[in-house]
Amino acid sequence: MCVDKLNAQTPCDGLLPLTIGTVSVTEVDPGAIHAVSAFQGQAKSLSEAMKAAHGMALPAPNRATGKSGARAVWFGPGQTMLIGPAPDPSLSAYAAVVDQSDAWAVVRLEGDGAEDVLARLVPVDLRPQNFKRGYTARTLLFHMTASITRVGEKAFQIMVFRSMATSLVNDLQRAMEGVAARG
Amino acid sequence: MRITCPYCGERDRREFYYRGAAVDLDRPAPDAGPEAWDDFVYLRDNPAGETRDLWYHEGGCGAWIVVTRNTLTHEISATEPASGGKR
Ligand SMILES: [Zn+2]
Repeated sequence: MCVDKLNAQTPCDGLLPLTIGTVSVTEVDPGAIHAVSAFQGQAKSLSEAMKAAHGMALPAPNRATGKSGARAVWFGPGQTMLIGPAPDPSLSAYAAVVDQSDAWAVVRLEGDGAEDVLARLVPVDLRPQNFKRGYTARTLLFHMTASITRVGEKAFQIMVFRSMATSLVNDLQRAMEGVAARG
Repeated sequence: MRITCPYCGERDRREFYYRGAAVDLDRPAPDAGPEAWDDFVYLRDNPAGETRDLWYHEGGCGAWIVVTRNTLTHEISATEPASGGKR
């Protein structure tokens, strides 16, 4: 008998949500994810096309533009991740657009003390005075490469490779327990 | 030890992978001859003083970086993208 019905599973299926103390982690359904890399000398035209099609400019290094449901996150030199909408065909005139949907685990860490949790895992100062809303960092979360973006006053979006979802939740949970234990 | 990534700013050393002397950027022409290639592949200076290394911001933005540092004082005097111009 053939399998006639396949159920899609999210990367953190069965792992989240999780709340410990004042901090919670939930899985984000990011929609489509595309790497957008401007061709040589085309960054400005790409930014204009992004504004026209998706209502957000190309982010500067270490910044993100857009909002929940449609974000553009700086991911490295010459690389932006368009998260949410399917990329408008007009972008392809100025950039290489590569579908990475389903390749990333995306979670939201939120609550009083979210920075304290991340301080145990991330070697970058993510306190609000140094890392404001709309700031993003490519850095390490414990042993994983990650993309961390402040999306709210007490909220971060964290992205790691999908294959790292279990490690991500495990590491976050351990750090959350440590912070909660200090009261 | 902290290294300033030209893109990300000052970061902890654990985010970086060390490649070696920045000679990779001065690759001889294919027909440069065995001496030039022997020099390129095998012969390295071991300066007491300023040296140029290639580092990879592996746990970060993925940029290759040329780091100029002093082997006597450990001072890092410059970091720049190995690709030349910033993107
Ligand atoms: Zn970097």
